[in-house]
Order: sequence, then C-alpha cells, then structure tokens
Amino acid sequence: MSAQARVPSTPSPELLARLHGILAQVADPEIPVLSVLDLGVVRHLLFRSDGRLEVGIAPTYSGCPANAVIKADVLRALAGAGFDAVAADVLAPPWSSDWLSGEGRRKLEAFGIAPPAGRGPAACPRCRSERTTRISEFGSTPCKALYRCEACLEPFDYFKCI
Amino acid sequence: MTPQVHYVLRLADTNLVLAQRLGEWVGHAPALEEDLGLANVALDLLGQARLLLAHAGRLEGEGRGEDELAYLREESEYFNLTLVEQPNGHFGDTVMRQFLFDAWQSGLYEALSRSQDATLAAIAAKGLKEAAYHLRYSGGWLVRLGDGTPESHARVERSLRELWPFTNELFDDDETDRAVVAAGIGVLPSALLPAWDVRVDETLARATLVRPAPVKFAWFGKQGRHSEHLGYLLAEMQSLHRAHPGAAW
Repeated sequence: MSAQARVPSTPSPELLARLHGILAQVADPEIPVLSVLDLGVVRHLLFRSDGRLEVGIAPTYSGCPANAVIKADVLRALAGAGFDAVAADVLAPPWSSDWLSGEGRRKLEAFGIAPPAGRGPAACPRCRSERTTRISEFGSTPCKALYRCEACLEPFDYFKCI
Repeated sequence: MTPQVHYVLRLADTNLVLAQRLGEWVGHAPALEEDLGLANVALDLLGQARLLLAHAGRLEGEGRGEDELAYLREESEYFNLTLVEQPNGHFGDTVMRQFLFDAWQSGLYEALSRSQDATLAAIAAKGLKEAAYHLRYSGGWLVRLGDGTPESHARVERSLRELWPFTNELFDDDETDRAVVAAGIGVLPSALLPAWDVRVDETLARATLVRPAPVKFAWFGKQGRHSEHLGYLLAEMQSLHRAHPGAAW
C-alpha cells in the first residue's frame, strides 16, 4: 500500500453501465458460457488518482491457471474500448462459489454443468434426475468435480461448492 | 531476516515443496481421477505458495520476488516442514502424508485467518476452503485404504508408522513462532495440536488404524536443516531456472 494519498473516484452510472457491458463480453477461459461478471470475480471498478481505471479482480482457486488469463483478457477488452486499465488483486473477502451470479448458475446448468449446491449437485443437468453419484472429487479444472447420473447414466461436471 | 519473513517463508516453502512432490504423480497415479485429484491439490498449494512467497518478498524489502525466492535459494535457505519433503512412496504413503498435512493445515489456516497481518489473514481465509476440500479427499482415501483389503490396510499402517515421527515438528514451537505470536501475526504450533488430534483420531478410527505411540524424534526442516531428500527435489525444481536465468513463459 503506497503512503501517497489516493483519491479514487467511482465511474458515473452511465460509464459503469458501459464498463459492465464490456466485461459481460469477457468469457471465463475454461467455462466460456460464463462471463467474468457471472463468475463474480470483478470486485471493483474505480479511477485512481493517476487517472487509470483500476479493476479489482478476485482469484477463484489460489492456483487456477485461468486467473492470469482472466486478468489479461479483462485488460485487453478494456484497452480495446479505449480504457487505460490496470488490474488489482483482491484477496479479501475470498472468492467462493457463492459469488456466482444467478444468471451464471442458469448458464452453467444450460451448458451441462451442475451449479454448486451444498454437498453435491441438486440434479443431473441433462435429465433432471436427483439420483447422482460422485465419480471424482476433482475434475478437468480446479472448480469442477465429476458426477454420474444414475437415471440417464451420463457423466457430468459439477461446479464445486466451496 | 525478521521473524515475520522467516515465518511466512516457512508457510510458503512447506506448500511449495509439497506441491512439487504431488506434481511428481502427474501421469503416474493409479487412476485418472487420482491423477486429477493430486494435481489439483498441488495446484491449490502452489497458488497459495506463490501468494505467500510474493508476500515474504515484499516484507523482506530486498527486491526478491516469488521466482527469486523459489528458484534461487539453497537447501539450507528453505524452511519447509520435513514431513512434506518425504518421497511419495506408493499411493498409500502419499495419501497418509497428505492426510496428516491437511489435518494440520486446516487448523492452521483457520487460526491464521485472524492474523494481524491482513495479507496473511486473507491468504489463509482463502486457503482454508481449499484445505478443507483436500482433507475430505485425503481422509476419504485413507478410510478406503485402511478399511480396505488386508494388503491396503497393512500398507497404510506402515505408512503411518514411518511418517508419524515427522509430525512432531508440526507442533514444535521455536523463537520465530513465539516472536510472531507476540506480534499477533502467527499461530503457536503447539496450540494446533488438540484440534489436529481430534481430526486425526477420528479418521484413523474410521480407517481401522491405530494411532502410533508418541516417538521422541526431532526434525529441523523449518530451521533449514533437512532430510536427505530435499536437495534432490530442489535440484529438479530449480534446474530450468538455473540453466536459463530469468526464463519466463
């Protein structure tokens, strides 16, 4: 934290809406149906005293390789729209699956990934059966586990609840 | 080196070394799911290690970043717990080492999330969710192996006996620990023992394993004096950076 006094200012509502419009187009690199806003990793947008736009980004899992890609993609999208932006890491409060937006949860399910729910998926995202079995506590990315539906017998991804 | 830097490096190094060990399983685990599981645990630990190393570098104020700290320190400058540098052995050995560690780290992060060092508290609060998930995984496997076949039971029983002496160091208080506790930054290792005992005893019972008797054995990894295994691990981990200084992706 710099000792220099910083007078950050929040963007106007119109500008904020425009920024949200830009960020809504930035997809999660591993689950492309989710935008970074759906994922709940964008924590703040403000203009720093040096005039640059600061985007506060929370890492999902500490070691998820997507964190670096998300940051780069956000900055690239903002630069493309003419903003001189910098990213700031926001560790507290920590990201958890509770930060997923309602819209994000619906998109996940439509994409075939069961959204986080307590100790396991509420239902198979394909046939809606509630009879599911865990195959593996870890999956293709840090945020997912593998399940199988006992009704339609299809395996599916579950967005881990942490 | 201030006690705070020393303390944060211990946490960072413990995670980094264990992540490197778990990474050795990639492509070799008994099933694809366990390959994914061990790699994902390694990734979480590595991510936490990077945050901790960067924090230690900032606290130290000598311009060392996470890469300098990870790749350019010698064995005696590493302060990880001796438990985590022990070789992977067979899958049961790795599960046992991971379980003993996860049970410890969950309690540690829970307490550290109240640290006066805001960065450390934030890293711990974030890591706590990950550690709890790891404990569920390693504990679940330990129960399956211990309460499995006579062969799997005998194997993890031996893992437990061999790794048990290394757990003493997890709860050993020294000057650095006392200094960071006095400053409200750290957690006294011995204070973590009661909760660890409960976690470990409960899972060992479900795994039909008997807790070994206390062993008088001291290890000093957190003071930079290691078992013979760390040097080889670092030689492999650091070889690329030493051959190509400053290499970046």
